[in-house]
Amino acid sequence: MSDVLVLVELAGGGPDRLSAEALGLAGGLARALSVEVHAVVGAGSGDADSAASAAPGLGAYGVATVHLVSGDRLDAYAPAAWAAAVEGVAEGGNYDAIVASGSERATEVLAHVAARMDLPMAANVITIEPGDRWKLDRQRWAGSLIEEAWLDGAPRMFTVAPHAVPAMEPASSSTAATVVSVAPTITDGDRRARIVGHEVAGEAGVSLSDAKVVVGGGRGLGSAEAFAMLDELAELLGAAVGVSRVATSLGWRPHAQQIGQTGTRIAPDLYIACGISGAIQHIVGAKAAKRILVINTDQDAPIFKRASYAVVGDVHAVVPAISDEIRRARGGG
Amino acid sequence: MRILVLVKRIPATGGRIVLTEDARSIDTRFLGFVVSPHEECAVEEAVRLIEANGGESVVLTLGPPEAADQLRDAMAIGVDRAVLLETDGSDWDPYATSAAIADAVRDLEAAGGSFDVILGGNESADSGGYQVGVRLAVALDRPIVTGIKALEVGDGVATARRQVPDGADVFELPLPAIVTVREGINLPRYPSVPGRLRAKKKEVERIVPERRPGGPTLERLQLPVEKEQHVEILGTGPEAAPRVVALLRELGVL
Repeated sequence: MSDVLVLVELAGGGPDRLSAEALGLAGGLARALSVEVHAVVGAGSGDADSAASAAPGLGAYGVATVHLVSGDRLDAYAPAAWAAAVEGVAEGGNYDAIVASGSERATEVLAHVAARMDLPMAANVITIEPGDRWKLDRQRWAGSLIEEAWLDGAPRMFTVAPHAVPAMEPASSSTAATVVSVAPTITDGDRRARIVGHEVAGEAGVSLSDAKVVVGGGRGLGSAEAFAMLDELAELLGAAVGVSRVATSLGWRPHAQQIGQTGTRIAPDLYIACGISGAIQHIVGAKAAKRILVINTDQDAPIFKRASYAVVGDVHAVVPAISDEIRRARGGG
Repeated sequence: MRILVLVKRIPATGGRIVLTEDARSIDTRFLGFVVSPHEECAVEEAVRLIEANGGESVVLTLGPPEAADQLRDAMAIGVDRAVLLETDGSDWDPYATSAAIADAVRDLEAAGGSFDVILGGNESADSGGYQVGVRLAVALDRPIVTGIKALEVGDGVATARRQVPDGADVFELPLPAIVTVREGINLPRYPSVPGRLRAKKKEVERIVPERRPGGPTLERLQLPVEKEQHVEILGTGPEAAPRVVALLRELGVL
């Protein structure tokens, strides 16, 4: 029997959100193939106990067997060392597929595994159909384009696009997963690139990725100075300020404020997009916004197609007027 | 110091993607082309490393003959040499791409010495395979870190910072090494006019790569189904402010 192996990252005693999504897609694949889902969980010596106590609970997520790989050679994260651990499990079993989430680490580790085993890998898959050749849909352009492709290899390897498939919900009654402890074979070469430290960043106001309201500005602002009016509106609303790529590449604003494919993905209740045309690069970063209010002179700008509300006009006049109106409304009680 | 930087030519899509009739590629007839954003920063990083340490930088891409334009863009801001692995413009999967680049790196190093650092982007903006750098590292038996936002290259060792939600993970790796970067690691400079003129005259070394079979194969492309969004126009100009504030109240934002 050829099973489906899933890389699972743990958080709070269960799979983290993206791993639960990978388990969801992998579960469907295993049902289609009439095989079992296995999980591989890695842990350094400090995390081995908590991983061991969480592992049986993966049964609720459809996992039959957990391969728990731990040891002090996994203590400081080294991508190739973690790949060696997964590769060991892969070669110790008989797997039709190895699936990872689209997290930064899981993607990196699976790429290493695929390279080490000299097999193809597909990233950011959203559907998979087994057959003589496996057919998949995967995201290109951060999800603005879908590619239908064929994937070969034994095992087939792919990552699951983040927030594109439903996460597996834990079953209320389920059998505990069988846990198999594995001692990995990790060479010094596998640990050449590894984490040697961690730096905690200072608090910096409302975080863009978590903000409930985001005020964004783009080329239409025309200058670095003009962003002062966005800062003002954002302060009145308790919002975070975000910008389009052009505002960072022109040096108007720091890259940390960039919303988009190469910047931060936002998911606010309301995104107020000022002087932003709506290039694909930007739109994919704001896809998860519940509502978009556009302020723009050009009604043909692509961003109008994504908007719930719009004010047609020059941001330089409209934004200060809104701030004034908010102050007036507040002043009047 | 010797630095190799890997780039990809991608279409500048703007606001809307249009597919060709056979749905196997993007219709680029009316589009310009650029260096994929992460790699644009990798080029800047390569130039800064050579400015600080001396030595030679080389830019390499795999793509159609026209990708020489993107190599010249890199030379215009200070990269010394350019190598084009010239294809017929068809889609190359990451499995084939990384194998061809590994072959080329072996040849370049046999001729000119080892590269201390090979730089690339974390993922290309168009196909987003997330693996060419890692495959290259495994093929060349070199350490790699991906998705880097800050890089220091010291004596025999590189220190690289990767952004994580609460700050940064700090990686160390011995040279020679491979590092893929993310946009934001630096702010790429604009080419000067003399820089552009110099780059125009420079030679682009062309190699026809061998295409390794076995990777994922593209069948067709499709645009995702978007929900039809109804836009409510609140008004025109600053006179719309009271309606905006009423909306903010209604949405519970105020």
